[in-house]
Amino acid sequence: MGWLEGRFEESVVTTTLEQAINWARESSMWPMTFGLACCAIEMMATGASRYDIDRFGAGAFRATPRQADLMIVAGTVNFKMAARVRRLYNQMPDPKFVIAMGACTCGGGPYYKYGYNVVKGVDLVVPVDVYVPGCPPRPEALLEGLMRIQDKVRAMKDLTKGQPLEIPIPARTGFTHLPPELSDPDPVKAVEKQNAWAKRNKERAAPAKA
Amino acid sequence: MTASDIITALETKFGTKIKSKSLEAIDPFIVVDPSDLVEVVRHLRDEPTLAFDLLHNISGVDYLEPDPKKAAKAGFEPHLEVVYHLQSFQHRHRLVVKVLLPRWKNDQKGQLPEVPTLTSLYGSANWHEREVYDLVGVIFVGHPDLTRILLAEDWEGHPLRKDYEFPLEYHGIRGR
Amino acid sequence: MSPATLQDQTIVEFDVRTDEMLVNMGPQHPSTHGVLRLVLRTDGEVISEVTPHLGYLHRCAEKIGENVMPIQFIPYTDRMDYLAGMNMNLAYSLAVEKLCGMKLPEKANVLRVMIAELNRIASHLVGMGAYGLDLGTFSPFLYAFREREMILDLFEELCGARLTYSYITIGGVHDDLPEGWIDRCKQFLDYFEPRILEYHALLTTNHIFVQRTAGIGILSKELALSHACSGPMLRGSLNRKAGDPEWDLRKLEPYCGYETYDFKVIIPPFDDDYYGVPYRTPRGAVIGDCWHRFYVRMLEVLESIKLIRQAMQRYPSAQGSHRIEPPRHLPGGEAYLETECPRGAMGFYVVGAPNKQAVPLRVRAKSSSFLNLSVTNAICNGCLIADIPAIVGSIDIVMGEIDR
Repeated sequence: MGWLEGRFEESVVTTTLEQAINWARESSMWPMTFGLACCAIEMMATGASRYDIDRFGAGAFRATPRQADLMIVAGTVNFKMAARVRRLYNQMPDPKFVIAMGACTCGGGPYYKYGYNVVKGVDLVVPVDVYVPGCPPRPEALLEGLMRIQDKVRAMKDLTKGQPLEIPIPARTGFTHLPPELSDPDPVKAVEKQNAWAKRNKERAAPAKA
Repeated sequence: MTASDIITALETKFGTKIKSKSLEAIDPFIVVDPSDLVEVVRHLRDEPTLAFDLLHNISGVDYLEPDPKKAAKAGFEPHLEVVYHLQSFQHRHRLVVKVLLPRWKNDQKGQLPEVPTLTSLYGSANWHEREVYDLVGVIFVGHPDLTRILLAEDWEGHPLRKDYEFPLEYHGIRGR
Repeated sequence: MSPATLQDQTIVEFDVRTDEMLVNMGPQHPSTHGVLRLVLRTDGEVISEVTPHLGYLHRCAEKIGENVMPIQFIPYTDRMDYLAGMNMNLAYSLAVEKLCGMKLPEKANVLRVMIAELNRIASHLVGMGAYGLDLGTFSPFLYAFREREMILDLFEELCGARLTYSYITIGGVHDDLPEGWIDRCKQFLDYFEPRILEYHALLTTNHIFVQRTAGIGILSKELALSHACSGPMLRGSLNRKAGDPEWDLRKLEPYCGYETYDFKVIIPPFDDDYYGVPYRTPRGAVIGDCWHRFYVRMLEVLESIKLIRQAMQRYPSAQGSHRIEPPRHLPGGEAYLETECPRGAMGFYVVGAPNKQAVPLRVRAKSSSFLNLSVTNAICNGCLIADIPAIVGSIDIVMGEIDR
């Protein structure tokens, strides 16, 4: 924006129309309540008191696809349900985004080998934007997935150039810390600590002879 | 009543219609022919000293070793079993009733074996029989609405048969 | 008597009767608790027939069960009833142990009771919160999840998972308790017990809630027995004063040493101080309706707290190890065992191959919600469309368990 910035008095903000639309869009992602299985409970937990997905503007769960921007496919999709998933996706207005939540929707998960009725990944049915693995993923993981969607929205250029081809670089990253009893500035010592911890746990969990 | 009392009472009433029994099994059971099933179960339900008014479970078991090399050592002849788990609300005793069936009716592949339905006696038999038909492939004669309950209506085959082959695709979605 | 035949409602009924039509509810509907599809035959607002369609979450659990070893199948039982994973682990473990003829040490049993009851509380909390959501009130959901997260924290410390635990395995439980866990559990129970009064103030005695649940969806005892209903669904239809038995498998066919614990089975009526709670049956509620089923669950939470406290007292002096080694191969034969899960009697039927294989010949999961749901058509007959979420919610179904 360069030359425009700082030319006006305070409380006047300059931006491009595109950025303003993207900002509005990313701050009010309305997901559809689309709980299928176990992951739906974690999705509910994400929406409930402790994790509170409303902090990221995505707490308005809509019961109808017509009002939703984001489909969180939370749970196993089977062949009987696949047609419904596709129909619901088609009923959503553009621009629409899909999060595949959980191992089953990412690629069959634990039902891959013997699940005769399970779709091996929801991307065989609808296009997926963000995969959130885990069985089920923790609420933090779902929030991370939501932020990736928001990154994607921020890079949208549908007013000027259309959708960007490359995936945007994420603005945030889910870096975690190990607890102090497992971490050490010295990497060798840290590995020793972790091995000792693992050994101790294994001994504790060992069964007695019947 | 203990299981041996129940089975003795049944044997005095029905005689040779009780094909076999097992008291030393973990859950004692009796085996009846499909044609006698309704009569025996009706007696079990209506006789006041037995009063088996809860039908907890109907399961179909496919006894087959699909690998021909291991089939000789399997320890059973290929057959189907339909197993009924009964309990009495008043006396709280339990009994297992089994029906042995051929895997295919008249040994012609594709023709499902037949058992009379228990829907006239127990409400819980309705959905359970539909499920056994859906997954194991047993036809319950006289059932009011014998359609698939879990799988889609146009599904082929009965998945809990041991020789079931998993589908490669279903309506354009690949299966594996 | 169904609401449509009640005298005082006739005026409303004539207004809303028009032509017969079919309404499709679900499989994606916020108040069907998952992917249940109901086809309603309605005459205006009055329901004449409800046809549930299942199978939108059929995940082939029984086929998997006969292809993997019992200890590998434990994670799949978690995913059947995902609100009460521990109870499902327990049900399957007990069935396999019955087949193998294993006797567990005392410590394993005490741990199992403690954990299973804790999960029962978590499950009933979700049941309560989601039931509130169905009836249009959001706040009980937030309260319920606040407390549930604390239980999940305890479980996470125990086994690392929030929802799918696989903690109770064949031969005992996977691991001993971490240090200080008992104190934290005690702390939680001390915090949680007074909160239950908050739920009653929010929901149980709420005028709108009572209006929408009392006298709705009445399930008679005969119908419940014919359809082999179990759990709170059956107990809500029994009458303690008419001499009905305390139909709880923890009392009738005790497992894990439940016979040595002191607890009550919750059976209506709630018009006296038998259970020691300040709230009694509101006007209009009759035995077997949605309100009674809901209240049975709420009181079961109190009994579970009692059980956990007793188990925590026993834990320090309990003998033996937390787990014993299961046999490598299943013996031939078959075993059927039912346990009391939050939703009812969950049965597992395990058949071992006669030639001693590591994998069972057949695993059959008898689901309690499956049978509880099968009475929907009978109890919805004659009610209004708005009552359908109230009735289906009071059954407290979990589709993963129904479709397996």
